[in-house]
Amino acid sequence: MSFDSNVPPGPLAEKWTQYRGTMNLVAPNNKRRIEIIVVGTGLAGASAAATLGELGYNVKCFTFHDSPRRAHSIAAQGGINAAKNYANDGDSVYRLFYDTIKGGDYRSRESNVYRLAEVSRNIIDQAVAQGVPFAREYGGLLDNRSFGGVQVSRTFYARGQTGQQLLLGAYQALSRQIAQGNVEMYNRHEMLDLVLVDGKARGIIVRNLLTGELERHAAHCVVLATGGYGNVFYLSTNAMNCNVTAAWRAARRGAYMANPCFTQIHPTCIPQSGDYQSKLTLMSESLRNDGRVWVPKKQEDAKAIREGKKTGNDIADADRDYFLERRYPAFGNLVPRDVASRAAKVVCDEGLGVAPTGLAVFLDFEDAIMRYGRSKAHSAGLHNPSDSKVRELGEQVVEEKYGNLFEMYEKITGENPYKLPMKIYPAVHYTMGGLWVDYNLETNIPGLFALGECNFSDHGANRLGASALMQGLADGYFVLPYTIGQFLSNEIRTPKFDPDAQEFLDAEKDTRERLEGMMNVKGSQSVESFHRRLGKIMWDYCGMSRNADGLKKARKMIQELREEFYKDVFVPGSLDEYNPEVEKAHRVADFFELGELMVVDALDRNESCGGHFREEYQTEEGEALRNDEDYAYVSAWEYKGWEEGPVLHKEELVFENVELKTRSYK
Amino acid sequence: MNLTLKIWRQKSPKDKGRFETYKVEASPHMSFLEMLDVLNEELISKKEDPVTFEHDCREGICGTCSLVINGQPHGPNKGTATCQLHMRHYKDGDIIVIEPYRAAAFPVLKDLAVDRSAFDRIIQAGGYISVNTGAPQDGNAIPIEKDQAAKAFDAAACIGCGACVAACPNASAMLFVSAKVAHLAMLPQGKVEAKRRAQAMVRQMDAEGFGMCSNVTACEVECPKEISVKNIARLNREYLSSSISSETKV
Repeated sequence: MSFDSNVPPGPLAEKWTQYRGTMNLVAPNNKRRIEIIVVGTGLAGASAAATLGELGYNVKCFTFHDSPRRAHSIAAQGGINAAKNYANDGDSVYRLFYDTIKGGDYRSRESNVYRLAEVSRNIIDQAVAQGVPFAREYGGLLDNRSFGGVQVSRTFYARGQTGQQLLLGAYQALSRQIAQGNVEMYNRHEMLDLVLVDGKARGIIVRNLLTGELERHAAHCVVLATGGYGNVFYLSTNAMNCNVTAAWRAARRGAYMANPCFTQIHPTCIPQSGDYQSKLTLMSESLRNDGRVWVPKKQEDAKAIREGKKTGNDIADADRDYFLERRYPAFGNLVPRDVASRAAKVVCDEGLGVAPTGLAVFLDFEDAIMRYGRSKAHSAGLHNPSDSKVRELGEQVVEEKYGNLFEMYEKITGENPYKLPMKIYPAVHYTMGGLWVDYNLETNIPGLFALGECNFSDHGANRLGASALMQGLADGYFVLPYTIGQFLSNEIRTPKFDPDAQEFLDAEKDTRERLEGMMNVKGSQSVESFHRRLGKIMWDYCGMSRNADGLKKARKMIQELREEFYKDVFVPGSLDEYNPEVEKAHRVADFFELGELMVVDALDRNESCGGHFREEYQTEEGEALRNDEDYAYVSAWEYKGWEEGPVLHKEELVFENVELKTRSYK
Repeated sequence: MNLTLKIWRQKSPKDKGRFETYKVEASPHMSFLEMLDVLNEELISKKEDPVTFEHDCREGICGTCSLVINGQPHGPNKGTATCQLHMRHYKDGDIIVIEPYRAAAFPVLKDLAVDRSAFDRIIQAGGYISVNTGAPQDGNAIPIEKDQAAKAFDAAACIGCGACVAACPNASAMLFVSAKVAHLAMLPQGKVEAKRRAQAMVRQMDAEGFGMCSNVTACEVECPKEISVKNIARLNREYLSSSISSETKV
């Protein structure tokens, strides 16, 4: 299969403009004859389906949710980056590009990232035009805030619900196209296989989740926007139904999976409270604008807090270790996610954790509350206000900024974060890895495109905050609608595909046999119990830090667990009905294979970079030790089944515009 | 804590359905849905059919979860979706009755899951601003007063869960529809087609079989996002003024 990044020639800053101006077009009369399948309705999928519909293509859009509006993009809290430089603080397209490349620890493709930074500005304009209610200043202009790993304010936000508002914007644009008949929407349909005809992606097999019926759908090309695979860890901030099946089935049909071991562990999540826990909840990174992260300096204080004999408030300032400010004075609490997460793990490993499990650090708003309170008292003309008045005013300001997050924290933990410092711990949040794509966002299978978190392209080994929304919408609104023309302009004479063709019948048969195989095991253990065990293996050996011995062990454990699954899983009910246990079963089955590949990838990469921290490769100060000499490549894995194992293809990363440096936030 | 659950079981849309009683042991730190997970794991271990209920993000934002718990959509806590409800609000020995939403426009699919696709069709009728992807004016070219933007946001915070319909004795969808109409009408970008939008969305709402609004305001009380009934007044204003304006053709 071809394996070329297809990056257009020319200087970095002009590549996209030049390419866009010269690429092949599909005339309106031909668009009407062309069918496109879009799978997924998150930011990337909904924006792509809507835009392709507007352009005049015939779009069929699929989601396993009951409505496109439920996709997990809806839960993104903090914001979306754009190089608008409204804050007049020196931001530019180049700076956003540079921050993203550096934040990703120099493991992403320059040209793709530059394009992302370029179109970031259009996204804000588009969203405003759609009626997205971004936060405003008193003058009526758009407000910005700061996120980790950068020194400018370029993050646009809608309270703590930016993802929700952007997704509703895309959903509404999609709804308009559905009403106009340009997009045919299939809710409650889950993709279970990809169909190739003569080596090109021409359709999918889906399961109607209400009836259990398998359906065959054909088109000229297939666009996957099916999100990330963080749920391979069982516990993550992903929604319960997030899964890798669509992307993995494409990988099973020959699409390369790139950098699968690059997982983002987000530092500020609500810690796990028990074994019954079904998921973890994120506390937005925006909180690190004002919250200070610390643990007690003394073991006995930490112990007393864990046992409930003391609270964070009982520890004097001199007895606190603000470890991010201490280790990284230049960026302080706003270091990137991978750095903050590892630092939290280090102090907890030293026995300084503050939750009963020993796995939590404090995120403290006391200073911010008092600072805002004094400032507000000053503007209100109050001289010598009492501490309690200052606190009251300060709490109001903090509530305005983060009210919904504080409320969410209190609902889950039962503790009031205005009075007691929050307890937080890192959790799996995002996967930088994904299907390998070229500059056109096309995988190595012609006619198969991958957008958003589903692809690997822009975030390297670590994603910066507020960049996932940016990438999803960039891909869907402003990149794919152009680049898909490069493929489709050669297909204008291709007649519609017949979903009753042999290739489709074969794929449907494969899918049915796969599902029946799981149903027929009739063992004794639930799907959920297998998923939990897989998640624990992944977290223990392929989580925040990894080493060769652990990874080798994990691979074996995953293989054994997979065998046990196919011998002893019990899936209740039948295939031909609304049966959520069937959905879970095939998703977990795919997670086994992906999980093993992640371990293999982590083992291959003998360096530490971004979210991938190999214990063998660190500096004396415990920072990640990258190896650009040997590992400045994208690992693109070809999956060849259980026996043969995955085969590695390398895309060497060429850096013509940035100098590879040790990533320092000190 | 030991709890008794009375749960609505219904095999399919056509099945008559009935309550079944289950015992479950829960911890106060669990979420309500994790308590149901525990029950389902037990049922599966006994080779019985687990209870079907819908859920996804478990953070109170996707709007997938529903349930009527002891007669209240999303349970007893104000401004809280079922997935954010925790068992510490219950005590040992409690009996909890769990039902699906009951509304003609939300038919039961199985057990506690209902079909809320009517909401999608209402949005498709006009719940958007008619702008194609392209090159609109700079975001800052449309200044919006801070408080006005905040009000629009308050309406836009609706998660489309349908609790308003389940709470209403008439099964009216006015709070849902008004939240979208008000969100867009309060912004200059959305003002342009506000009248047309109000007409089209109300017409679709009626076609879906939702009931009439009689100002009971139970919807506001049960809304997990605390969407205000003021939006219903805003919708009525848009709707009435467009009804008497001869220029509004939908």
